[in-house]
Amino acid sequence: MNWRAAAAIYKFEMARTGRTLLQSIVSPVISTSLYFVVFGAAIGSRITEIEGVNYGAFIVPGLIMLTLLTQSTANASFGIYFPKFVGTIYEILSAPISPMEIVVGYVGAAASKSIILGLIILATAGFFVPLQILHPFWMIAFLVLTAVTFSLLGFIIGIWADGFEQLQFIPLLIITPLTFLGGTFYSVNVLSPVWQTIALFNPIVYLVSGFRWSFYGIADVGVGVSLGMTLLFLFTCLGVVWWIFHTGYRLKR
Amino acid sequence: MSPIISVSGLTKTYGSDFHALRTINLEINRGEIFALLGPNGAGKTTLIGIICGIVNPSQGKITVGGHDIIRDYRAARSLIGLVPQELATDSFETVWATVSFSRGLFGKKADPAHLEKVLKDLSLWDKKDSKILTLSGGMKRRVMIAKALAHEPSVLFLDEPTAGVDVELRKDMWEMVRALRASGVTIVLTTHYIEEAEEMADRIGVINKGEIVLVEQKAELMRKLGRKQMTLHLKTKLDMIPAALAAHNLTLADQGRELIYTYDTQSGRTGITALLDDLGAAGISFNDLHTTQSSLEDIFVDLVRQRS
Repeated sequence: MNWRAAAAIYKFEMARTGRTLLQSIVSPVISTSLYFVVFGAAIGSRITEIEGVNYGAFIVPGLIMLTLLTQSTANASFGIYFPKFVGTIYEILSAPISPMEIVVGYVGAAASKSIILGLIILATAGFFVPLQILHPFWMIAFLVLTAVTFSLLGFIIGIWADGFEQLQFIPLLIITPLTFLGGTFYSVNVLSPVWQTIALFNPIVYLVSGFRWSFYGIADVGVGVSLGMTLLFLFTCLGVVWWIFHTGYRLKR
Repeated sequence: MSPIISVSGLTKTYGSDFHALRTINLEINRGEIFALLGPNGAGKTTLIGIICGIVNPSQGKITVGGHDIIRDYRAARSLIGLVPQELATDSFETVWATVSFSRGLFGKKADPAHLEKVLKDLSLWDKKDSKILTLSGGMKRRVMIAKALAHEPSVLFLDEPTAGVDVELRKDMWEMVRALRASGVTIVLTTHYIEEAEEMADRIGVINKGEIVLVEQKAELMRKLGRKQMTLHLKTKLDMIPAALAAHNLTLADQGRELIYTYDTQSGRTGITALLDDLGAAGISFNDLHTTQSSLEDIFVDLVRQRS
């Protein structure tokens, strides 16, 4: 294992985050705070408690997930797409490093960044609403697993993308709608039975549900199912990444 | 001594009918400067790309320092430094950060003293804290060379190192390449500037349409293929070459005002005396004469034309 190479990529990516601090950290924190102001304080005060949890507090896990998913995919896809775009990818491809080390570097950095963001948002939420975390270990576990899984997804998108438009395509057209429909702002249980069944095809329902369970002990689906689905996405993404490096898809001519 | 790079039976096809490389066999000797010469689209960059791991080969076997580039890619790639043709740099990084990154990527322990030496040798030391986007094109190219040298490679690939580089910088680059060779680094450069190969290389390989047309010591190549031409500026125009001179290898040029005699410098008898005697006997006189030796460029153009 060439750890120095993985570390070099990781540091490079984290330095990029450092250079774009405003865009990377400040803007997601501001936009999430706006959600708290609008949904938590303004509208939330008129909404009754959901399963014994204050509405403002209820949406916190969902909002953290929303940021985690969008930031992980955006950051990881940009991280690998940009060297492809400017041509510096030649150095990564010609270096004595394995796909595993490349993934550890890029995906590790993207996941670290969104975990940091998630924690900052959690801390920010503490200013607006009363928080409790019943299962801190599982909270962190879901946070890390989701960040890693969606950073892997972002990595795949970044390799697949041929232009900046495609880079935006999946996050904007698939991930954001699925997140909003995935129980970020409501419990899936409030939906009519038909829509509840449809919602179960939305992978994000499981992520949000499991994450919310780690906070308040309430969930739309069993926590075991949530964990299982999260791991399923993780291994699916790992499989695709393995295939990409195995065939050289969009990386090698 | 075993070659540092050995390529055997290498082919690269795109789709079903485009052959970028056809059965390449090539050996690069340790410590030499090898110039790969060929027109645009001949396959130079593809060949380098495959050796360095950027392009997948279709068939064939390549070893670098005895290590197979696929099976034993870590050992093989550790030996290689690559400077690609196109300028591709991380604009927002500083020079120092980017060379440190390259060294780390190749799994080498941080060594500020080595990086300092590399940057000083390339006259980049005073720019080490500058962001790359503030540098000139020539400096960016040197940054790419510095990145390739950051991990102390045994073989340095320079793909068109002087494309778009001014004369002054080109000379500096040649000096640098010679100094590197003196320090034991093997250098493979591709170029379509003949003068570059002529100036620098120990051996020259000519590639055209995906095939290695020839590999030869430069001096040997120049000698073997070096023909000389003697041009006679005639006093009076000739309409055709007189029958008396038919035995000589002559052509008429400049509407009959010049007579060109082509001969081989290698053969024991150049035939010049006999020609001059026959010219005198035929009553043809001339004002002036000059001789020219074919350059590598002429040889190259001939070779490429013959094969196409």
